Amino acid sequence: MSAKYVVACDGSKASGRALKFAIEQAKSSGASLLLVHVLEWSPYSFLTPEEIEERHKRRNEELERAKTALIDPLVESTRAEGVEATSIIRYGHVTETIADIAEKEAAKQIFIGRTGHSNLVKIVFGSVAAAMAQIAPVPCTIVP
Amino acid sequence: MKKNKLLAGVTALGLAVLSSSALAQSVDETVNQMFSSATGWFVNFIFSPFPGTSFPWIVAWLVVAATVFTLYFGFIQFRAFKHSISLVKGDYSDPNDAGEVSHFQALATALSGTVGLGNIAGVAVAVGIGGPGATFWMILAGLMGMASKFTECTLGVKYRNEYADGTVSGGPMYYLTKGFAERGLPGGRFLAILFSVFCILGALGGGNMFQANQAHQQISGIVGGYPGWITGLVFAGVVFAVIVGGLKSIARVTEKVVPFMGILYVGAAIVILIMNYDKIGWAFGQIFAGAFTGLGVAGGLVGALIQGFKRAAFSNEAGVGSAAIAHSAVRTKEPITEGFVSLLEPFIDTVVICTMTALVIIITGQLLVDPATGLYLVEGGRIVTEGGTSGVGLTSAAFANAFSWFPYVLAVAVILFAFSTMISWSYYGLKAWTYLFGEGKSKEITFKVIFCIFVVIGAAANLGPVIDFSDAAIFAMAVVNIIGLYCLMPIVKRELNSYLSRLKSGEIKKFK
Repeated sequence: MSAKYVVACDGSKASGRALKFAIEQAKSSGASLLLVHVLEWSPYSFLTPEEIEERHKRRNEELERAKTALIDPLVESTRAEGVEATSIIRYGHVTETIADIAEKEAAKQIFIGRTGHSNLVKIVFGSVAAAMAQIAPVPCTIVP
Repeated sequence: MKKNKLLAGVTALGLAVLSSSALAQSVDETVNQMFSSATGWFVNFIFSPFPGTSFPWIVAWLVVAATVFTLYFGFIQFRAFKHSISLVKGDYSDPNDAGEVSHFQALATALSGTVGLGNIAGVAVAVGIGGPGATFWMILAGLMGMASKFTECTLGVKYRNEYADGTVSGGPMYYLTKGFAERGLPGGRFLAILFSVFCILGALGGGNMFQANQAHQQISGIVGGYPGWITGLVFAGVVFAVIVGGLKSIARVTEKVVPFMGILYVGAAIVILIMNYDKIGWAFGQIFAGAFTGLGVAGGLVGALIQGFKRAAFSNEAGVGSAAIAHSAVRTKEPITEGFVSLLEPFIDTVVICTMTALVIIITGQLLVDPATGLYLVEGGRIVTEGGTSGVGLTSAAFANAFSWFPYVLAVAVILFAFSTMISWSYYGLKAWTYLFGEGKSKEITFKVIFCIFVVIGAAANLGPVIDFSDAAIFAMAVVNIIGLYCLMPIVKRELNSYLSRLKSGEIKKFK
C-alpha cells in the first residue's frame, strides 16, 4: 500500500501551491493524495429558529457546491498528472478536523499553504498554517 | 394584485397608528372596550380560580401534568440530567454529521425564546406578592416542568413533517394529528386546529405585543417619555428586516448578545451573592420558612405557592407546547435525545436564572420587615419594598443596590430579551399559521406582515385587555397540548426504554 498525503484545499492560491508541491512529492515517492476541504463550523454558534429549520437543506447545498466547484476539479487535475487522488469534505474547526482526518486515514504527511497575511492579521486571527504545525499528528509541510 | 392589496392594508394601518395621539387615545379606549367585552369571558375562564379559593385552575393543570410526567417517567429529569449535558457537549455527536444543527444550538435557540421578562420582572412580582417562600415553589415547579418539556419535545421531533427539500415543520399540531392517528384516538385534528389558533393568538399577544410594550416602557424609562409608536416602528422595522427581509446578520448579533446578557446577569447576581455571603444562609432560611409558613405574607402559604407556581409556568413555558416547535427542527436519529436536551431548559431558565433574581431581591433587603414583629410589611396585597418598586423596577433596584450602573445594563437586557422572544414567537406563530393555511411564500409573508403590524400596536397602546387575552391564549395552548401529552405519553415511554437499553448495551456510543 502506498503512502497517503493529506492536502488542505480551500480554493486559495496558497492551497493551489501546496497541492502543486504535494503532487511533485507524490510523483517521486509514489504516494496517493487525499484532498481535504473543511467548511468552518462550530456546533456552539447561535442560529435563529428559521436557520435551524433550513440547516439541513443549506448543508446539502454547501456540500454540493464545495464538491462540484472546488474539490472535484482538483481531484481531476491531480489524476491528470498521474497521481491517485481521493477527497473528503467535512464541517468543523479547520486545523483540528484536518489533524483528525490525517490521524484516522494514517496519512504520512500533511501539506498546507501559507497565505502570508500581514502581521496584524496574524496577531488578530492567527494563521491556519501555524496552527496546523502546532497540532499536526504527522510531519507537516507548510508551502509558502 | 394580492401583494398590492396587502401593501395598501399595511400602509393604511401604519397611517392609522401614526395619526395624532389624541385620536390614538380614543382608538385605544375603543379597542380596549371592544376587546374586553368580546374576550373577557375567555380570560376569566382561563384564569378562574377553583371555587372558594384563589388558586387558578390553569396553574394546577400545569403543575399536575408536570407531576404526572415526573412520576410516569420515573424522575427522568434527575436520572437523565448527566446524559443531557453530555448530549449538549456533543459527546454523542457523529463528526460526520457536523454542519447539521447541534443539540447545543437547538437548546440555545429555544432558551432565547423563554429567557426574558419572566426571569426579571415575573420573579420580582412573585417575591413581591408571595414573599421569599414563593421562590421555593417556583424552583419545585421548575424541576417538575423539566419532565413536561422532555415529553413534548420528544414528540415534537418524532412526529414532525419532513419535506423533500430537507426543511422540517414540527410542533404540537403535528403530533396531535399524527400521534393520535397512530394510536387510533379521535379528535387529533380538532385539537391540532385549536392549538394552532391559540398559538397564533399567543404569538401575536404574549410573544409580541407584550414584549414590544415592555421594551418601550424600559426605553422611555431611561430617555424620558415619548410616543410608543416610535419604538414600535423601529422594532417592527428590525423584526421585518429579520423575518421578512431575511437579514440574518441582525438576528445573529442578537442571538450572540442574548446569551452574553444572560451570563452577565447571572454573573452579576453571583457577585452580589458573594459580596453578601454571610446572608445566603439567612436568605435560604427565609425561602424555606416562607414556603411552609408564609411568614405572614398576604395569602400565607397558599399565596406563596400560587405565586411561585404561576411565575415558573409563565417563565419556562413547560407544557405550553412552544418549545416542541423550536426543538423539532433539529436533525437527529433519536427523537428522545432532543427530549433529554430540552429538559435542561426549565432548569436553566427557572431553577438557575429565576432563583438568582429572587435571591438578589431577598439578600439586598428590598422587602421591608416590621422591626417589631419580624414579619414582612404588607400593604394592599403586596410586600412593601424599598422605594415602593415592583416588577422590573424591583429587580433593577435590587441590582442597583450593589452596582449603581446595573439598571442600564438591565434595560438593554430587557430590550434584547424582548426582541429575541419576538423572533422566536414569530416562528412559532408562523408554524401554526402554515399548519392551518398550508405552506407557501405568500401565506408566510401575510403572517409575517401581520406580526410586524402587531409590534407597532403593542408598543403604541396600553392595551391591558388585549394582553390579558394573549396571556390567556398562551395558557390555552397548554390546555390543548397537555391533553395531547397525556394521550401520547406511552409512545414517549417506549422510545425512552428502547433508547436507555441501547445506551446500556453500548449500541449507542460516545464519539468523544
